Amino acid sequence: MASIRQNPSPDVLPDFRNLGVVARALVIVNLLALAAAFIAQPDAGRMLETAVLGAALLEPPLLASLALLYAIAPLLRRLAYWPACALIVALALAFAAATHAALGKVTEVGLARMLAYAAACAVLVLAYLTLHLRAYSPALAEARLQALQARIRPHFLFNSLNAVLALVRSDPRRAERTLEDLADLFRALMSDGRSLVRLADEISLIERYAAIEQLRLGERLRMSWDLDQAPMDALLPPLVLQPLLENAVYHGVEPGAGIGDVLVRIERRDDRVHALIENPWRKPGQGGRAGNHMALDNIRERLMLFFDAEARLESHIDGGRYRVEIDIPYRAGRA
Amino acid sequence: MNTQTADIGAELRVYIADDEAPARARLKELLGDIRGELASVVVGESGNGLEVIERLPESGAQVLLLDIQMPGMGGIELARHLGALENAPAIVFVTAHDRHAVEAFELNALDYLMKPVRAERLAAALKKAAAAGPVPRERLEGAAAGAREFFSVAERNRILLVPVAEVLFLKAELKYVTLRTKAGEHLIEEPLVSIEREFAERFVRVHRNCLVARSAIRGFERVAGGGDEEPHWSVVLDGLQERLPVSRRQWPSVKAVLPDAKGG
Repeated sequence: MASIRQNPSPDVLPDFRNLGVVARALVIVNLLALAAAFIAQPDAGRMLETAVLGAALLEPPLLASLALLYAIAPLLRRLAYWPACALIVALALAFAAATHAALGKVTEVGLARMLAYAAACAVLVLAYLTLHLRAYSPALAEARLQALQARIRPHFLFNSLNAVLALVRSDPRRAERTLEDLADLFRALMSDGRSLVRLADEISLIERYAAIEQLRLGERLRMSWDLDQAPMDALLPPLVLQPLLENAVYHGVEPGAGIGDVLVRIERRDDRVHALIENPWRKPGQGGRAGNHMALDNIRERLMLFFDAEARLESHIDGGRYRVEIDIPYRAGRA
Repeated sequence: MNTQTADIGAELRVYIADDEAPARARLKELLGDIRGELASVVVGESGNGLEVIERLPESGAQVLLLDIQMPGMGGIELARHLGALENAPAIVFVTAHDRHAVEAFELNALDYLMKPVRAERLAAALKKAAAAGPVPRERLEGAAAGAREFFSVAERNRILLVPVAEVLFLKAELKYVTLRTKAGEHLIEEPLVSIEREFAERFVRVHRNCLVARSAIRGFERVAGGGDEEPHWSVVLDGLQERLPVSRRQWPSVKAVLPDAKGG
C-alpha cells in the first residue's frame, strides 16, 4: 500500500489492521446491541439482563470476525470491493451460526434472528467505515494533504541562495553540491505529498537539508545522527522529518550565539517506528523565537490522515532541551 | 575606471554584522566588486549583536551593514543603541525575508537590502547612507516591534548596556534620568514619558519624576511627615534601603496595579 488512497473513485475496503478501524467496529456493534436490547425490553431491569445475554452471543462472533479479518487483511486487499464485502458478511454469518450452535440453548434467541442480527451488524459496520473513508477520501483527503504539504521557510531559501553565492568563486565544487542539495530538497517539497516514501529516502533528504544548514551556520550547528537502528524500508508520509529538523535549527540553533546541539534518532521498536528530534530550548523573548505550533499541528494531521489513531506526535521541554517524538506503525515496503 | 567617488581618495569605512559567515564573505566580495564605483574598507565584522556594540565604536565605522536577525540582539534595537554614539554610523539593514521588518522599514523610511544582495543595490545603498549619516532616532523607534531589552549609556566613545530587567527604578532629574540597579546608578538621556510608554508592562509611575519596576516592589510604608513634609506613602524596594515617595495623585493607580502589596 504505497499510497493511502490510490483508487480515487471506487470505494475501498477499510484497513482491518488499523487500530482506529478495529476500535470503530467494536464500538458500533456494541452500541447496536445496546439499542436492540433497549427496543426489545424498554423496562430498565430486564433490559440489563437482555443486554448481558446479548453480549454473550455477540462478542464471540464479533471478536472472531475481527481477528480473522486482521489475519487475512492482505488477502482482502487483493479482492475487489463488493466480493470482499460479501466475504466479510459471510464470515460474520458463519461465526454467528457457530456461536449459536454452542450457546444457543442458553438463550431463547432463534438461529434466524441471530443470523439477521449478524448480517445487519456486518453491513452497518461496513457501510459506516466506507462512508468514513469516503469522507476523508479520495478528493477531500487529497486536497487536505496538498493543503498540508510542508512549506519551507522563505527565510531558509534566501539565506541558502546567499550562502551558495558566497561559495561560487571560492569553492565552486561545494557550491555545485549545495545547489544539487537544494534542488533535491525543493523537488521533494513540490511533490504532491500523497504517497508514502521509504524512510531511507526521507533520511537522505534531511541529510541534504542539514548539509545546507551546516554551510550557513558553520560550527554553530552541531548535528548528531543516531540511525543505526533505523528501519530503512519503513514507509512514512513524505516530509515529516524535514520540517521538524528545520524547526530545531530555526528555534534551537539560529537564535543562539554559541553552539547548538541537534540530535536525530530513529529506531524500530518491535512493530513501531520511533523518531526523536532534539534541540536546545530557548525561551521566547530571551533569544528564542516565538512559534505557533503550525508545523507540529500540520505534521500531526498528516500522520492522522495516513495512520488514523495509530500515529503519535508529542513534544516536550526537558532539562533545557526541546524534544519532538513521532511514533508510527512499522510497515515495510518499496515505495 | 570611474574615479568619481563621494569623498575623493577617502575610503568608506564599513562594518559588517551578520551571524552567517558565508553572508559576511559575500558582502566583502561585493564590496570588492564595486570598488571602482565606491572605494571602501571593511573595518570590522561581527556575528552577534552584543559584539557589534562592543567593537564598532573603536572601529570608526561610517556605515554598518546590519543583518536584522542576529543572536544576542535584534537589528533594530542594536541600531537604537548605536545611535547614542557621538560618531554614530549610518546603517543599512539587510534581511533575507522578513515581511514585518520590511514593512516597518518602508513605513519609517529606513534603508535596507534584501539577501541575496546585488552589487548595484549595495553601491547605491552605501552611497545614500554615507551621504545621509546616522538614522534619526524617531524612525528607529517607529520601526521597533517591541520594547528594548537594554538601556544604553553612552560613555564618550563606548556604549554601556544595562539590561532592562536589572533596573529597579528610574528617576528624572533635570535633563537626565537616573537608572538604579542593585549594583549602581547610570545616567541616560531619555525622557521619562517615552520610557513609561515603551515599558508600560514593566514599570509603574509612583511620582511625577519616578518609575518603579513592578517586580521590585516589596510593599508600602506610611511616612508620618513632619516639618514642611506632608504625610504620604512610600515604596519599599527589594534589596534597597532607599524609600521612594508615592505622590498623592499616583497612589490610587499604584495601589490598584499591585493588589497583593500591603500598606504597612
